[in-house]
Amino acid sequence: MRREIPLLITAIVGIFFVLQYFIPHPPFNRLNGWFSDWFSIIGACAIWLGALNLIRISADKIYRKRSDWGFSVVIILSFLLIVVIGFKEGRDFRNPGSGFDWLYNFIYTPLSATMFALLAFFVASASYRAFRARNLEASLLLVAAFLVMLGRVPVGDAIGVSLGLPETNISKVAVWIMNTINTAGQRAILIGIALGVVSTSLRIILGIERSYLGSE
Amino acid sequence: MTRGELMAYLVIVAVVLLLAFAVPKPISFSTTVSYIIVGFIALVLLIIFVRTIQGNMVGRRIVFLFVGMAVILPLFMTISQPIPLSPEVKQVYDAVVALKPGSKVLVSFDYDPPSAPELQPMAETFFRLCLSRDLKIVIMGLWPQGPQQAEIAMRKTLEYPEIASKNLRYGIDYVNLGFQTGNEFVIQRMGGDFKSMFPTDLNGTAYDSLPLVRNVRNFSNIDYAFHLSAGYPGTVEWVQVAVDRYGLKMGAGNTAVQTTQMYPYLRARQLVGLLGGLNGAAEFERAADMIGKATKFMVSQSFSHIIVIAFIIIGNAAFFLGDKSRKRKQEAAGGGH
Amino acid sequence: MEIFGTWLAAFFTLGIISFLYRDNAWYKLCESIFVGISAGYWFVTLFWDNIHGLFWERITERHDYWLLIGASLGLMMLLRLIPPIGWISRWPLSFVVGATAGLYIINYFASNVMVQVENTLMPLFSAKFGDPLFSASPYSIVGNIVVAAGTFTGLVYFFFSKEHKGAFGGMAKIGIWTIMITFGASFGYTVMSRMSLLIGRMDFIFGDWLGLIR
Repeated sequence: MRREIPLLITAIVGIFFVLQYFIPHPPFNRLNGWFSDWFSIIGACAIWLGALNLIRISADKIYRKRSDWGFSVVIILSFLLIVVIGFKEGRDFRNPGSGFDWLYNFIYTPLSATMFALLAFFVASASYRAFRARNLEASLLLVAAFLVMLGRVPVGDAIGVSLGLPETNISKVAVWIMNTINTAGQRAILIGIALGVVSTSLRIILGIERSYLGSE
Repeated sequence: MTRGELMAYLVIVAVVLLLAFAVPKPISFSTTVSYIIVGFIALVLLIIFVRTIQGNMVGRRIVFLFVGMAVILPLFMTISQPIPLSPEVKQVYDAVVALKPGSKVLVSFDYDPPSAPELQPMAETFFRLCLSRDLKIVIMGLWPQGPQQAEIAMRKTLEYPEIASKNLRYGIDYVNLGFQTGNEFVIQRMGGDFKSMFPTDLNGTAYDSLPLVRNVRNFSNIDYAFHLSAGYPGTVEWVQVAVDRYGLKMGAGNTAVQTTQMYPYLRARQLVGLLGGLNGAAEFERAADMIGKATKFMVSQSFSHIIVIAFIIIGNAAFFLGDKSRKRKQEAAGGGH
Repeated sequence: MEIFGTWLAAFFTLGIISFLYRDNAWYKLCESIFVGISAGYWFVTLFWDNIHGLFWERITERHDYWLLIGASLGLMMLLRLIPPIGWISRWPLSFVVGATAGLYIINYFASNVMVQVENTLMPLFSAKFGDPLFSASPYSIVGNIVVAAGTFTGLVYFFFSKEHKGAFGGMAKIGIWTIMITFGASFGYTVMSRMSLLIGRMDFIFGDWLGLIR
């Protein structure tokens, strides 16, 4: 019951989604619509689950007075603030001038954007400390990186001209690398990943791969 | 909070107040001053180079400082740089200008604020180009933040005099269908019926009440699609479902970090044009002759690349030259083992 | 409210940047607010766009009662919060996994294998004259050869069932060179991406907030 039914659901739904590609006619197209709608609703509930779990963990941390529990209070209060405002404002919650829109523009946006912007510093620092042309492969990587970094910004061509190269030469080299060698490498990776995805999907549908069900 | 932390916070507050109220605005460096700054930075880099060869690697905070300078200082400079146009960017432009007035363009916003510096300029230029050519825009998103970013871009686009003079109306000239969860399943469902996934628009107006999309049943009623992507679900899923299965003609604007993965699709013509990162946005602004933020940011982008390259060269020089000098020292000491 | 918002956004931006010095209370405060606001943002958006927009409105206005099965599966997912009956969340999970697996088999095989292979095996002299990518110029002929050879040797490198020796090893060697150049290009673009994000934030600090940029 706890493992057999999920395995059966996976097999039926998986086989259906393979079949609907080849038979886009009733009843497959109608079932496809229903299944896609259900997927959408389950997806929303899964994200709700994640959010509610975060609140549960934070509340537990406060209850047990674990270290830095004060920040868990901040997490819960921030969550409640945006949820209360978002629910109160109704279907038009995103309209310009709404409280939700204000929170999005002045709190969510700067926090999320800066969090990712920090990576710029660490990329540079890591490159300085660890990016070494130790062998031929690493040297190829380094030279390609230099050419792309220079060729994709205007200053690259200016440097090329100062070195006596014809105008727009470095940018043309970068375009060529991207359209040929990079395409070839990415295509090999793409095909390799696709074959892996197909075989894993088959193993899942056939019930050979069951790790997603977890342990008993 | 430690005493050191408190001091650091006070210093930050003082600097902020100074910059906010005591410094004359705006600041703009002349070309001469800009070159002096560049020369000074180059000199300091040279000193770092020498010190690193001597075996003194600089701390990570020094590298952070240089990255900060490389990004911030060019924002005040008045240096202009010619931007070369790559064929993949021109393809997007050509695809848009080939559309007849009244054609319907679907724009999917699949990104969030962290990727906005790269993708927002693309969105703004794309909207401006489409609306100036009387194309109709249908907006949607597979990321919840996407349609909100679209609203920001559209508000800005509508302020341009040539667009404002057209008196464009929501629901007739452009529409925002909002967000729906389900990733590639949403795209697949749209292949059959848009309305089933978007029964209402962003603000809850019923799909059939919107004149622009009333007769749009599925992808076959869309003349061109442009997809702004920062990850999953993104361009890969749109290519797999909308392009390969339903025959949608689509171009894409991607964050630079995932652009390289899109070239196989571009070469296989599953994509009609590709804008990659801030550079792609700047090239698109040049192609459309609508200079905006991306072009302005390219000076900072150039400087930051140079700084990263410089630090990699310094690190490698230290690695190889330092290695040799170590060996020489060992040999001189009679060691060598 | 706009000015207050801009100052608040600057406070948060600087708070996150303060992490560059070291982990501190200001950063932790900003991080916690980000986590809470972010979770709440998804919670509200999914309620209005999905639960209300897709489910409730279609049930009440279009009487699409089949959606009730989807809603039941969604509720089962939420039961994971109650450990004694949490196992029932495996049902919707297996639905999601099965649907994704079924869809991926076709999508990945069609788009990432078939189309890519077909497009790698291109005639050197294309009949489509005037086509910017595939015209019969020396540039595109060399390009086509490089793409075909690079893809093939790259795949040879990924083939681990045979030892990389002799001619096979030679091809694998060329394959790894191709992949290394590809990674180099990816690194270059990653640097570009990260710097762009930082430029965006600095433009906010020095432009939108402090008004120092023209």
